[in-house]
Amino acid sequence: METVKKFLQIFSVVPLAGWLLGVFSAVLIEYYLGDLISYYLYLPKIPVLFGTLIMLKKPALIPSALAYDLIVYVLPVLLVGRLLAPATNALAAMLEKMPLWLATLIHLAAFYGILHMWAGINDYRVLVVKLTMIAIILTISLNVINGYQGEFSCSHPGFMALGAYASSTLTLLLFANDKMFGEPLLDPALGPWLFPLILIIGGGVAALGSLIVAIPSFRTRGDYLAIISLAFLFIVKSAIENLEIIGGPRGMSSQPNYATLAVVFVWMSLCIWTIHNFTTSVMGKALNAVRDNEPAANSMTVNTRKTKMTAFMFGAFWAGVAGGLFAHVLRYVNPGTFGLQKLAEILAMVYFGGLNSIYGSIVGAVSISVLSEALRPLELFKWIIIPLILILVMIYRPHGLISFTELNVKEVMRPRNKERAGGVE
Amino acid sequence: MAPLLSVKNMTHYFGGLRAVNDFNLTIKPGEIKGLIGPNGAGKTTVFNLITGVYIPTEGTIELEGVNIKGVETHKIAAMGLGRTFQNLALWRHMSVLDHVRLAHYSQLSYGLFGAFFGTPKCRQQEREVIDNSYRLLEIFDVDQFATQTIGNLPYGAQRRVEMARAMATKPKILFLDEPTAGMTPDELIRMIQIIRQVHRDFGVAIFMIEHRMKFVMDLCETIQTMVFGEVIAEGEPEVIQNNPEVIEAYLGKEDLH
Repeated sequence: METVKKFLQIFSVVPLAGWLLGVFSAVLIEYYLGDLISYYLYLPKIPVLFGTLIMLKKPALIPSALAYDLIVYVLPVLLVGRLLAPATNALAAMLEKMPLWLATLIHLAAFYGILHMWAGINDYRVLVVKLTMIAIILTISLNVINGYQGEFSCSHPGFMALGAYASSTLTLLLFANDKMFGEPLLDPALGPWLFPLILIIGGGVAALGSLIVAIPSFRTRGDYLAIISLAFLFIVKSAIENLEIIGGPRGMSSQPNYATLAVVFVWMSLCIWTIHNFTTSVMGKALNAVRDNEPAANSMTVNTRKTKMTAFMFGAFWAGVAGGLFAHVLRYVNPGTFGLQKLAEILAMVYFGGLNSIYGSIVGAVSISVLSEALRPLELFKWIIIPLILILVMIYRPHGLISFTELNVKEVMRPRNKERAGGVE
Repeated sequence: MAPLLSVKNMTHYFGGLRAVNDFNLTIKPGEIKGLIGPNGAGKTTVFNLITGVYIPTEGTIELEGVNIKGVETHKIAAMGLGRTFQNLALWRHMSVLDHVRLAHYSQLSYGLFGAFFGTPKCRQQEREVIDNSYRLLEIFDVDQFATQTIGNLPYGAQRRVEMARAMATKPKILFLDEPTAGMTPDELIRMIQIIRQVHRDFGVAIFMIEHRMKFVMDLCETIQTMVFGEVIAEGEPEVIQNNPEVIEAYLGKEDLH
């Protein structure tokens, strides 16, 4: 324990900018030397997800895959991060003097650049990264309802389906030449520009649908609302299955390829930004108050009905947007995707990561999606290992890994020089 | 002076049970009134009826001449009727500062759009709310706990946070439901000072339910005594103290001691 603490102490002076630079160097090494290193380590090609797939498929290659991770990721990140800490701290100090939004944008742009380069190695990575980012949107938006607002809503895949089908219908109708709706109504070149609007409409449809769950929530909560929301999920699913005009159980396919990595990244950032703004404002704190003690919230002038409706509609809006992105990433949707399995996945991410916390939701979404991709070769055992981890988390941290925190961007980005690291904070 | 609050002939039934019968009350600006009575007399029900938690079966309730019977609780609260609760109704996962911030809810005008996008108007108002909240926390001497979660505070401090929160709604009348329940003697003395201070500095009228006779006798100008849903006596503390009916019903028969 002592040595671990000392080890962590060494790296406590590295600011976020330093870590980004470290990761950037690792990605550069992989980009230019990845093939060479994997050749000398007897790996068939650059491992796609940190070698986990290779390790599980061919146990003989475990040492090679670990060595690859060490050489390409661990060492460069740690070394560059630590060695350049003085320089990156100076950089962080400079960024700290800028307006917060500008510094945040610079960090986000740098992060996106690195992500783009890392994912660019092969298509599988791009897909995993996109789906992970969509999972982040879903998790944070469900956290608004289940964590911040404290209802137990099971209808998230339903909201997602509404968004996915609404936006797919619009893009196929307007911009794609397909067998369902025939010739496009508008110039397909306009498509990518109108795509944000289409996603917003998809989110809006989901938000309207959420009223079916939000209105009963005025009078009931807990188990009863959970059942109502579950019913909503099944209603949406079987409605879509029975609507031949949108493909019925066969689903919809050949959506245009509008959801690029950059598009998904921007929407994810927007989602985090608006949800952060909302949940830290007094309007958003009202969600917490209604959750913790509704009569008291009422007596403190909080309009509880409006608050509940807002929580549901806002969460559902982002689920709808995530659904739209999901449909355009996979370029195929069918009603079966939005069932109990999806619900279990999103719920697991929320409760694993932590209630009432944006950090937690990001951690939950990323770890569960990456884990479920990494353990894919285990097939059935994957669904034993992941729930087991979930059970352990629930035993030791009943509210999830990181719960009841506020995202503090300034704190995340601040320089970590010695004199401040040992401060009161 | 025109009354701030006037309740006339308020009667309420829970099913077949008459919980409150023909209750009358007028509170003038700046007045302190007390409501005493044995457990189950219907005191808290009176609070809940006036604040809109229940709608009375009969009678009228007017706040500054405006009818508030049947109006939603949060609207009544925003009109200037603040309250605290008998068993602390706090939000257990929220920080002390957030408690007081949230009570400014009805005073904000930036709307949901402003909240989502953090518009300049929103940020401006949020800053003002935070400043005002710290000011209130200082008045109630709980500013040192501002960033802590409410559950970490000692009981007396929690009570004071609840008062600060009620004052943040800018009430004209403050309803206190047993403000000293479960307090130590030290905390009790502090509470008397705080209520006096609130009354003096904010100029609010106060209507309180209380069990500790000394506390009520000290603070209140007039006292109502309630037994089984009916007001049996009303008057100045000395008068109430010496009223044989009150003594029998509430303070206990003298010959029993």
